[in-house]
Amino acid sequence: MQANSFFSSLLSDLGARWFLGCLLALVVLVPVLNGLVAQDSAFYVPTYAVGLMGKYLCFALLALSLDLVWGYCGILSLGHGAFFALGGYAFGMHLMREIGERGVYGHPVLPDFMVFLNWETLPWYWWGFDSFIFSILMVLLIPGLLALVFGWFAFRSRVTGVYLSIITQALTYALMLAFFLNELGFGGNNGLTDFKDVLEIDLQSDATRRGLFIISGLALAGGFILCSWLLKTHYGKVLLAVRDAESRSRFLGYRPENYKLFAFTVAAMLAGLAGALYVPQVGIINPGEFSPLNSIEIVIWVAVGGRGTLHGAALGAIVVNLAKTWFTGVLPELWLFVLGGMFVAVTVLLPKGIVGIRFYQTKPLLHRSKTSQQPSGSELGL
Amino acid sequence: MLQKLTQKKFSVVESAVKALGDSGDQRARPLLETMLANELFQQKSDKQLVKAVGSRNDHTLYDIFSGEELAKGVSSRQLNRIRVNNKIRSTLRNALARLALSDPDPQVRSEAATNLRNDQAEEILPLLQQALADEKEESVREVLRLSLATLQTKHPDPEIRRQSITLLSGSLDPNVRNLLTELLQKDPSGNWNEPESDIREKIQATLKQIQFWEDIYGGVETLFFGVSLGSVLLLAAIGLAVTFGVMGVINMAHGEMIMLGAYTTYIIQQTLPNLIEYSLLISIPAAFLVAGTVGIILERTVIRLLYGRPLETLLATFGVSLFLQQAVRSIFGPLNQNVVTPSWMQGILEINPLLAITYNRLTIILFVPFVLLTLFVLLKRSHFGLEMRAVTQNRQMASAMGIRTDRVDALTFGLGSGIAGIAGVALSQLTNVGPNLGQSYIIDSFMVVVFGGVGNLWGTVFGAMSLGLANKLLEPFAGAVAAKIIVLVLIILFLQKRPRGMFALRGRFVES
Repeated sequence: MQANSFFSSLLSDLGARWFLGCLLALVVLVPVLNGLVAQDSAFYVPTYAVGLMGKYLCFALLALSLDLVWGYCGILSLGHGAFFALGGYAFGMHLMREIGERGVYGHPVLPDFMVFLNWETLPWYWWGFDSFIFSILMVLLIPGLLALVFGWFAFRSRVTGVYLSIITQALTYALMLAFFLNELGFGGNNGLTDFKDVLEIDLQSDATRRGLFIISGLALAGGFILCSWLLKTHYGKVLLAVRDAESRSRFLGYRPENYKLFAFTVAAMLAGLAGALYVPQVGIINPGEFSPLNSIEIVIWVAVGGRGTLHGAALGAIVVNLAKTWFTGVLPELWLFVLGGMFVAVTVLLPKGIVGIRFYQTKPLLHRSKTSQQPSGSELGL
Repeated sequence: MLQKLTQKKFSVVESAVKALGDSGDQRARPLLETMLANELFQQKSDKQLVKAVGSRNDHTLYDIFSGEELAKGVSSRQLNRIRVNNKIRSTLRNALARLALSDPDPQVRSEAATNLRNDQAEEILPLLQQALADEKEESVREVLRLSLATLQTKHPDPEIRRQSITLLSGSLDPNVRNLLTELLQKDPSGNWNEPESDIREKIQATLKQIQFWEDIYGGVETLFFGVSLGSVLLLAAIGLAVTFGVMGVINMAHGEMIMLGAYTTYIIQQTLPNLIEYSLLISIPAAFLVAGTVGIILERTVIRLLYGRPLETLLATFGVSLFLQQAVRSIFGPLNQNVVTPSWMQGILEINPLLAITYNRLTIILFVPFVLLTLFVLLKRSHFGLEMRAVTQNRQMASAMGIRTDRVDALTFGLGSGIAGIAGVALSQLTNVGPNLGQSYIIDSFMVVVFGGVGNLWGTVFGAMSLGLANKLLEPFAGAVAAKIIVLVLIILFLQKRPRGMFALRGRFVES
């Protein structure tokens, strides 16, 4: 009964209805147009476009997960890309193990880069990754665990606002430096690549591409429904209260740190899932994914789309990445100008993003800015 | 006398060589060197001594003293080789050494004394003693004494060996260390290189002493590198401390202000190629103005719209940083630019064999207190500084007292950015000047400010120095990258304990 009432209320929401409808249409239409329509037809969707859209869907899921913490919990994480990359690495490790003897060096157990480094045995943290189920578990558990530990320390000692943003950035920076090291056993500079297949299905075939696209779409829909449901529950209401007035909700007897920690961990797991779906579609994962710039780009997707609305975040990821693909193809020189301009324009002119332009009246996100226009220096960190 | 060298009898030749060595005549050196290399010949035609290189029918003749080429394609039949045997060779070496030791140039004497240290021949010993007695230059005497002591460690008389160890004990030369280590080992037949056990003990003690000093100077060097890194971090972070600490504005474009300063240095050097020596002095005010102006424009156009929304400010300034990076990349290209180091900043200050300091790092270490002092005077003694502090403490009240807070904001931001520009001038001497220069310092700078505590310049100094030292102290054990990671993790953990840094502002208004 409860589930039914949740779905009916979800579908009564205009944005959610549109979003889920479009997503469903996309998941059905794109594989059909790619697989069943003749190549010379005007409706044919080329395989590279399927891969590209699959990638966008992963980014949309990532943006969704960031929106859960930033839009609904007020935690601006500048290190969200770290969870995405960790999920990607976890799944990449499974794909590496599946290569088996087909590597350049043909070693039955060790991946190529380990043979190259003259390693004798598989390090313990690679154990178990030959199992698909174990790897999927790790995709969720590793980012989740990192978020849990990091968040437990950070929220318990009430590190908030800008300080939290800066340490999350330091976190992903530190991870990037670490993953660049060859000795760590994750392929160093080159990362993990040359994947052959997943579950004994060839990764390069069109059918696999379509399958990954469908899975990404379903994962996005699942993430969307999960987050919507979370926000509809009592927990979600308290989460909003924590975002808007942390001290007040603490005085009312809630423990804001626990609410934040849960949201942060769930978001990290969703980001890890997005990373795991992303890696087989692009065929590589390297430490560059940890770079602070990547994480901050996720923030701009959410800001462009509309922080505080789940479908807005997902939409933002797709729009910004479409623009990125177009610009880096046509005018690569201009892309950073556009991205930089987007940061400034969105924050100054469009604080509610593109979905906030017309039909949405979201709750006051920037609530404090109205009460104190120009606070003194010591008031920062809110 | 030269004709004696051509005699068939070796004993005559030998005495001639000896006499040449005793003469102290520096012109004899090329002659003896040629002879030692087996390249000294006598022309049959005019009995003249020449240097000849070549084979059989194709000898090239040179003048011994001037090195001038005399003839080509000379057959060996027209030449008489001046023959040497092993005994004469050793006499030759001896004579050459004596000549070098009496060279008028102290540098040559010192080098000769060093070279003799590895000579096994016993007759060198009296030679060195003689040279030591004659030597006036203290630095050469020092080298001579060391060489003498080194040779005496092989002397058959244990008493002399004992003395030599005492002499060597004060030296930090790495050769001495190697020599002493070798004396403590056994030769292939199982005999000690140094037979007397009491001398071996003495050597042990001396080695321990050398090790002690090596540790000390190694420590001093690490300390120096740490302070040097700390100074760089401090320069990069101090402007941030002004904007972040005093104004409460997160400027993610701070790194790009540093980059602008470095590029200003580059432009100044390109436009004034004749003034490379002074280019840095010109660049300091220029970079301050360039970065400061850009900062004021940034504050007027973007940041002022976002006061009170720190997270939005962070994002907007990040956008600006991308914009500036791409602008520089479009104008100057993506490659690193070559910024010249003026000659007065080049080179190494060698304090002793174990400790050497580069001048560019030293200059930067000395430059930082100067910047700090200027900033301090500006904040505490100038009218602008007074207004700035007033706005920091209570914006509304300052405004009510007639201070134009918006102007103060703009100028403060300009000041912070300008200091970043100065940091860029300094960094242009240490790292590559490219579009990504700023990015590599921004995270470190934030760490410094956050660790030290916001709103306190001393906190920034403390933060920068501790991070610099921590990084360099960890590096020998963990490696450079791992040291950086450890430091980052330690800061993250530290912020759990003290979320507002080492020297946090205290009071009711902090919690807000």
